[in-house]
Amino acid sequence: MIELRNINKTFGDRHVVKDVSFKFQEGKTNLIIGESGCGKTTIMKLMVGLHEVDSGDVIFDGANFPKLDRKEKQEIRKKIGMLFQGGALFDSQTLEENVSFPLDMFTELSKAEKQDRVNFCLQRVKLEGKNKLYPAELSGGMKKRAALARAMANNPRYLFCDEPNSGLDPKTSIIIDELISDITQEYNITTIVITHDMNSVIEIGQNIMFVHKGENWWTGDKTEILGTKNKELFDFVFASEFMKSFFKKD
Amino acid sequence: MNPFFHIGRYFMLMFRVFSRPQKVSIYWRQIIHEINSIGISSLPIIAIISIFMGGIITIQAAFGFTSPLVPLYAVGFTTRESIMLEFSPTVVCLILAGKVGSNIASEIGAMRITEQIDALDIMGINSAGYLIFPKIAASIIIFPFLIALSMFLGIWGGYAMGVSSGATTEYQYVFGIQAFFEPWKLYYSFTKVLVFAFIITSVSSYYGYYTTGGALEVGKSSTSAVVYSSILILLFSLILTNLFFQR
Repeated sequence: MIELRNINKTFGDRHVVKDVSFKFQEGKTNLIIGESGCGKTTIMKLMVGLHEVDSGDVIFDGANFPKLDRKEKQEIRKKIGMLFQGGALFDSQTLEENVSFPLDMFTELSKAEKQDRVNFCLQRVKLEGKNKLYPAELSGGMKKRAALARAMANNPRYLFCDEPNSGLDPKTSIIIDELISDITQEYNITTIVITHDMNSVIEIGQNIMFVHKGENWWTGDKTEILGTKNKELFDFVFASEFMKSFFKKD
Repeated sequence: MNPFFHIGRYFMLMFRVFSRPQKVSIYWRQIIHEINSIGISSLPIIAIISIFMGGIITIQAAFGFTSPLVPLYAVGFTTRESIMLEFSPTVVCLILAGKVGSNIASEIGAMRITEQIDALDIMGINSAGYLIFPKIAASIIIFPFLIALSMFLGIWGGYAMGVSSGATTEYQYVFGIQAFFEPWKLYYSFTKVLVFAFIITSVSSYYGYYTTGGALEVGKSSTSAVVYSSILILLFSLILTNLFFQR
């Protein structure tokens, strides 16, 4: 289980994350949503230790992550899979090598076992047969799927996804959302997704935190969000004409 | 920014680089890859520059030694001393700082801005060790071979161009390159090479690793890597020369 307790972060004189607390539900797709620049990505980076918290606790299975030493942090990180906004695939490696990388580093699997696992992961994200391609040869959607395959290669307990469908067409976005949702359920992973895409919220949002100006402004699920009376959340959810015409009954 | 900040951060990075590798076999694979990338790919430029510089030094020396008091073999002697003491260990390393240093800084810098280093960190991998240690190890292994080759080709270039242009004779040149040879000077040269190999790769990796921003900043990191590596090479060349050439 992951829990945030009163975390704060400032960059210079900008207070970017303000006293945020939230419990992420195990085995569910948890969403952090909000406008661009509201602090979503910073919260995720604080959670995985890419930034240091100024104050507050990030609890992974009872352990306070920021207070752990480097080795203990590495042990927790081995349980984390992360899908970055740009994919962050290693340019110098083929797709197969990218997916196999965490297995090479952390497991003692035989070559054949690793190959099986790589093929399974690539098949799972519908990239079978693309093993020998380099990231530069992939489209945006394929890169995201490949990064998802790498994130799930080592059977993570936690899956972090930073804007998984940014820059993708609506059809590919839905494929990515479905993959994330399916993988979460199939392997009982705790997934944390950062997004500002309302389609994703409605598709996969089981536990949602709305961040506004660095604060946890609202929490709920995808059914509650559509009936919200919270002004800032309402403005965010129904910003587009499509959302207004499709979901607003009055 | 405060130079002490950079010095402190550099040593903290080196501490991470030299912490125990997570999987030795993977590091070995990386070292072999880097030997090819850093060393083998530098062979053509080193060969060309060394041959031409050897020839130029020989012809200039022959032109300058007009006094009958200077023996004819002094041309070969001067070429050998120039190539062995300064050109190959220092000047070639300055050239490698440009070629290898900028390559390392831009490679690691690009990995930083595209979140590939973050991806390594989140996987629980010591990104500094994984990315930088193989480069330092590879350069320390391969640079002495490159510089030895440079010395050989420089002296050979001096012979080929000196003899073919009539600046010296074959006998005088060969006698000159063997005259008054002191083996400790080779220790001095190769000590410098090992120090410079470490400086080039570690300083360039440092600038690449701490790149922030976008493509423009990757370019700036690459430039800083070359500039500071070159300055440090000259500084340490002076320090080592003072240490080795004390009476």
